[in-house]
Formats: sequence, C-alpha cells, structure tokens
Amino acid sequence: MAEHRLRLPLSDADIEKLRTGDYVYLSGPVYAARDAAHKRMVEALSKGEPLPVDIRGLVIYYVGPTPAKPGAVIGSAGPTTSERMDPFTIPLLEAGLRGAIGKGGRTPPIREALQRHRAVYFLAVGGAGALLARQIKSVEVVAYQDLGTEAIRLLGLEDFPVIVCNDIYGGDLLEQGKAQWRRSEVLGG
Amino acid sequence: MREVHVDRIRETVKQLCREAACLLPDDVVGALRTARKTEESPLAVKVLDQILLNAELAGKDMLPLCQDTGTTVIFLDIGQDVHIAGGSLADALREGVGAGYTEGFLRASIVARPFSARANTKDNTPPIVHTEIVAGDRLRIQVMPKGGGCENMSRFTIMLPSAGKQGITDFVLQTVEEAGGNPCPPIIVGLGVGGSAEYAMYLAKRALTRKIGEPNPDAEEAEFEAELLEKVNALGVGPQAVGGRCTALAVHLKTYPTHIASLPVAVNLQCHSARLKEAVL
Repeated sequence: MAEHRLRLPLSDADIEKLRTGDYVYLSGPVYAARDAAHKRMVEALSKGEPLPVDIRGLVIYYVGPTPAKPGAVIGSAGPTTSERMDPFTIPLLEAGLRGAIGKGGRTPPIREALQRHRAVYFLAVGGAGALLARQIKSVEVVAYQDLGTEAIRLLGLEDFPVIVCNDIYGGDLLEQGKAQWRRSEVLGG
Repeated sequence: MREVHVDRIRETVKQLCREAACLLPDDVVGALRTARKTEESPLAVKVLDQILLNAELAGKDMLPLCQDTGTTVIFLDIGQDVHIAGGSLADALREGVGAGYTEGFLRASIVARPFSARANTKDNTPPIVHTEIVAGDRLRIQVMPKGGGCENMSRFTIMLPSAGKQGITDFVLQTVEEAGGNPCPPIIVGLGVGGSAEYAMYLAKRALTRKIGEPNPDAEEAEFEAELLEKVNALGVGPQAVGGRCTALAVHLKTYPTHIASLPVAVNLQCHSARLKEAVL
C-alpha cells in the first residue's frame, strides 16, 4: 500500500502513478454533488446546455453534508453510496470529469468507462463524516442552491484521506480485497 | 394507571434524536475496538482507525457521526398500565423529531411523494413508529436513526420450509456479499425469521436494538448466530469493502412462529455507525 499526498486538480502524471489500494491525501478543490444535482447536470448535457460549473479535469465528491453549526465551515460530511450516481457518470466523464470520491463499488460499465476516460474512483470511509469534515477547509454553494443539502458546492480539501478503488489500469479494490481475504475453507463449496 | 404526559415524550424524543446522531453506543465502540485488534488487512486497519477516531471526534464536538442522520425509526414499548395524557402521541413523536433535527443541525433526509415530486419535508419527519404493548407501567422509547445506504441493502424472501438453516445461511451470505461496501461495513446483520411477510422485516430491524455482546437467550439461535457471523466474516468483504477479516460485528437473530407452508426470512443491515439511544419514562 503506497501513500501519496496530491494537489487537486490531478495531473496526468498523478493519475498514472495511482494504483488500486493506494492511500491518498487530497488537497485542493472538489465539487460536492449527489443524486439530484447529477440528474440535473445530465439533463442539461442531454439538451446540449452547458453545465453550471466547469468540471473539466476535476473530481466530484458524492456528499450531502449536515447543516453547519454556527461558526463551522461545514457539518458532518462523509461519502454517500456511489452506485446511485452510476446512471449519470458516463456523460460527466465525457464532459471531462477525472475522478470521483464516494463509498461502495461501481458497476462494470462504469469501471470500464473510468478506465477509458483515464479517471480514478476513490473511496472515502463511509460513516466517518465528523472526521472527514475536519479536512474540508472551505465551502461555497455554486449551483442548484434550491436543492439544499444536494446543491453543488465547491469544497476546499486539505489532506483529505481516500483510498484508490479503481485506477486507470482496470484495478478494482473490492474485487481484489475479497479475493485476498476470502476464507473458502469456512464458506465451503 | 400511570400517566405520562406528551410534553415529556416530545422533549425526550428531541433529546434522543440529537444524542443518537452524535454518540456511538459503547457496545458498538467496544466491538469496533475488538475488530481493530484482530483485523489483519493493513488497509482495513486504517479504515477501522478512521471509524474509531470519528466516533471520538463526533462525541467531543457533538457533530453527527455520519452526514446521513437517517430515517428516524422509533420503537415504543408501552406498558399496558401507562396512560398517555395531554394530547396526541403521534403529534408528540413527530414534533420531537422535527425539533431534534432542526435544532440539532441534523440532516433532513425525508422526502414526501416518494415516486414523484420527492420534496424534502425539511425536518426529517415523519418518523417510522413501531409500538408494542408490554406488561408494566413504563414507556420505553428507542430512537434509531437508520442510514439510507444500509437500509437500501435490505432483502426479504419466503423460502420453502425445507430450505431450513442452509437456505437462510445462503441468503444471508448472498445479501451481505452483494451489498459490498454500500451498507458501510463492518455491519450488524439483523435477521428476522418466521412470522409473516411484514413481521419478519420488523423482527430483523428490532433485532438490531439488541446490544452487541448481549447473548441471544435461545441457545439454538445463539449457536446459529455464531455460525453465521463466522461465515459472513469469511466472505473477505472487510471494512468499507476494502478486503479484510471483519465484515460484520454481529449477527442478531429474532424469530417468531410461522405458517406450516412458510419460511419468511428478512435481512436488515445496520452500518458500523449503529446509532441507537433509549429512554424509559
């Protein structure tokens, strides 16, 4: 397990050195968006309209935070289940997205599309929202304000811990992890 | 008859919502610490370290453990000698949840008109309420903020009675393996067997209110739970599905007599952020 500290946006060289299972601290800007924002972005693209934010070369974090307490930058802010974004991911990759942060695995067509578009999928630890919130230093709602917790936000990360799930070489952490740690002798068959 | 006023119920529910969202129960923290000690996968150890540190920080800052502060599931065990006075119980529960979520800076995650408009109700109401009438003159309120990621991985089936233990085992393993990282492992597996279609799922969810480490009072069920736990942890899914030894912290089984033609089996998964807070009035 290699460790890296990387600045966002990721360069081609950064993306090329990442391997499935690497532990990475990310610093810099990401867009926060989840189900409703994804749906709207893809609807805009399908009508030939521009996206409300320029995602080219950037990473999206699948998160819908709790409301910030007075004086706080953000509330609890861990990842949501990525699979729900799968129906919307390919058009965003085609529009230039280079990575995503979420929890849980991706369906095979998305894994292939990530590889084809040389984009990386990272896992953040689901349910670690209080810890992850500390690594978010700035927040600005930049689009779809009416969606509340689901609005698109620009987040400034600092040493935000993630794990490479899908690299550009076809690696998939969930499959590799299970293959390595499965105890067939207990499961039988 | 002993009177419990609805104002007290409303205030209690409000407080339970706020505390449940931020304070991980001791039994869950203990089970996570044990998992951290026995885990062999280096990546899984890093994940468990984050989860344990998260619980510490959330408690210290009174910040929600997870941004998904859940559907508010409330279990009420109402003593048959309790008289609820002063107004509507349903209103008190709804208002308690609404106040708890808005005043506690918890996320409102409930939408009305589920298949169409899906407009947020803004205060996480209405809660899901399960009541049981029990002996005595006390009212027990348990608040379980249940995350969407793990709830989405629930599964239900009615098997042929001949499927027996093997059929149940295969179904549990299939459910946990297919769920992968989505329910935020290490999970607690709630398993309801018997009853009817809707009751089996209630049993599965209610099984999640048992503390980890508190044994199943039925010896045969306790043995089955241990067998299932060993097998679930042999899947190799691991914390957050990065691969590892600890996929589940516990398997909790609840059963009920059922029809001669049926073997209902329900699985309700709980994430590692197994939030639950109770009060007895």
